[in-house]
Amino acid sequence: MFNREIESMPVNKMKELQLERLKWSIRHAYDNVPFYKKKFEAAGFHPDQFKSLDDMKRVPFLTKQDMRDNYPYGLFAVPLSKVVRVHASSGTTGNATVVGYTKNDVNVFAEVVARSLVSYGVSENDVVQIAYGYGLFTGGLGLHYGSEKLGALTVPMSGGNTPRQLMLMQDFGTTVFCSTPSYALNIADFIEKNMPDFKIESTKLRIGVFGAEPWTEEMRKEIEQRLKIDAYDIYGLSEVIGPGVSAECKEKNGLHVFEDHFYVEIIDPDTGEVLPEGEKGEIVYTSLTKEAFPGIRYRSRDITRLYHDGCSCGRTLVKMDKVTGRSDDMLIIRGVNVFPSQIESVLMGFEGTEPHYQIVVDRKGSMDDIEVMVEVNEKIFSDEIKVMNNLSKNIADRFRSSLGITAKITLVEPQTIPRSEGKAVRVVDKRKGESE
Amino acid sequence: MNVTQLSAFVTNKPGHLQKVLKVLADENINIITLTIAETLDFGILRMIVNDPDKGYQVLKEHNITSSITDVLALEIDDTPGSLYNALDVFANLNLNIEYMYAFTEKREGKAVMIFRFEDIEAAKKALNDKGYNIVRKIDIIGENK
Repeated sequence: MFNREIESMPVNKMKELQLERLKWSIRHAYDNVPFYKKKFEAAGFHPDQFKSLDDMKRVPFLTKQDMRDNYPYGLFAVPLSKVVRVHASSGTTGNATVVGYTKNDVNVFAEVVARSLVSYGVSENDVVQIAYGYGLFTGGLGLHYGSEKLGALTVPMSGGNTPRQLMLMQDFGTTVFCSTPSYALNIADFIEKNMPDFKIESTKLRIGVFGAEPWTEEMRKEIEQRLKIDAYDIYGLSEVIGPGVSAECKEKNGLHVFEDHFYVEIIDPDTGEVLPEGEKGEIVYTSLTKEAFPGIRYRSRDITRLYHDGCSCGRTLVKMDKVTGRSDDMLIIRGVNVFPSQIESVLMGFEGTEPHYQIVVDRKGSMDDIEVMVEVNEKIFSDEIKVMNNLSKNIADRFRSSLGITAKITLVEPQTIPRSEGKAVRVVDKRKGESE
Repeated sequence: MNVTQLSAFVTNKPGHLQKVLKVLADENINIITLTIAETLDFGILRMIVNDPDKGYQVLKEHNITSSITDVLALEIDDTPGSLYNALDVFANLNLNIEYMYAFTEKREGKAVMIFRFEDIEAAKKALNDKGYNIVRKIDIIGENK
């Protein structure tokens, strides 16, 4: 364990620690963010009334919409001079949500990622290749700081460029690979199709750290089998901190929540009522130590359950089930749940198709229809129709095999996909009559 | 030296082809011949122009996806069966033609065909062996009388 004292703390002691920190966090939000003050007052709640964990139910919820309404800095609780970093959510819907970090918040972020890595069996002797995107998305920098904090050799490769990923993997002796799970599958496909002589066994790869999109046990098995690694889930959301809110251990059965920094509750998504431990519902987060961007009872829309099972790894931290879906980004296409991040990952497997694409979902009669528009740049352009048609066909095949959906791939000229604030509009859901 | 072809990606909607042609016209690039391969959604415009490198640069500057490819320009007699005979050379060697098109101008009873091959050198060698005339520089057509 990276932090044995915390990670194996008796449950009662943890509850005491949480109560003490909750009092501070709720007070911090109330005193420093006018939005919280107004919201608490409207709900007839005052931080002085907060005496026990049971009082949590009196604290009003924070929603994604609240975050959007306060774009960009409205929910910050410290002056901007104390903020050292911002990230923005990768959500494809609406205004981006901007989150800020003080120096201390950055340290906490690194700490929880380092704990996650250790729980997978990563140590300072490892070479950690980070294939999450670096940038506003929390994945790249989050894993990077955590890996450095642990003292591992950190390779900041960022996403895409599969041939180079594989070259570095071999040349640098990468032992730990971090990416989205669908990108890991793309890598396996790429090796199979384009590098028949590449033997994954000849690399030192042993552990995969996958997150940022929901993935199934079937995907885990496939990744483990094809890349010859142990694949672990890292969970998080930028609104709470980023990856490292919770992590699997060697058991690969549930994720331990780092509850000295994040207080978790399960509620009934319809009534908002807190559910007893073990019941399935929407997970709600309250930050316990965040300075720049406190989140008080943030409704994640993620469906899971919480439980203590006396885990064999020795961690006493509460566990949550692997999250199988986040309801607000999810598209349901002919009954299949699809996340924009999964679509992005499929496209990332094709050199040159990233980052300009758009997904249009429409209803033709009673059937949902999905069209993926991909801008053709020089990298993927050919003067031969055959080559262009093969590209479309290969992308469509990959959608079918990895997401189970039949998509029409339309190749379009550069700059034809509308951009908003410099970022492409990723999803247009015509079924709702508005762009999402 | 091979003849170079300038190709551009064009959405199959009104006005898009014109946009490409305007960029070339504004930069004084003359199109000697062209062909379009079309699909439902897009077309590929293939052109022989007087200055392909400059054409490529200006298209690029205007965010039009384009490329430069070597193609084979073959001079044949403008008589029945000439093209048939030329294709025999390729068929015998199992050389697949990716696509082909014809020049619009003729000179002294000769026609010029443009061929795209995966392996252009193999096709050239085959034609040379049979004594065919391969056009090396396209702007001399019509001038070299």
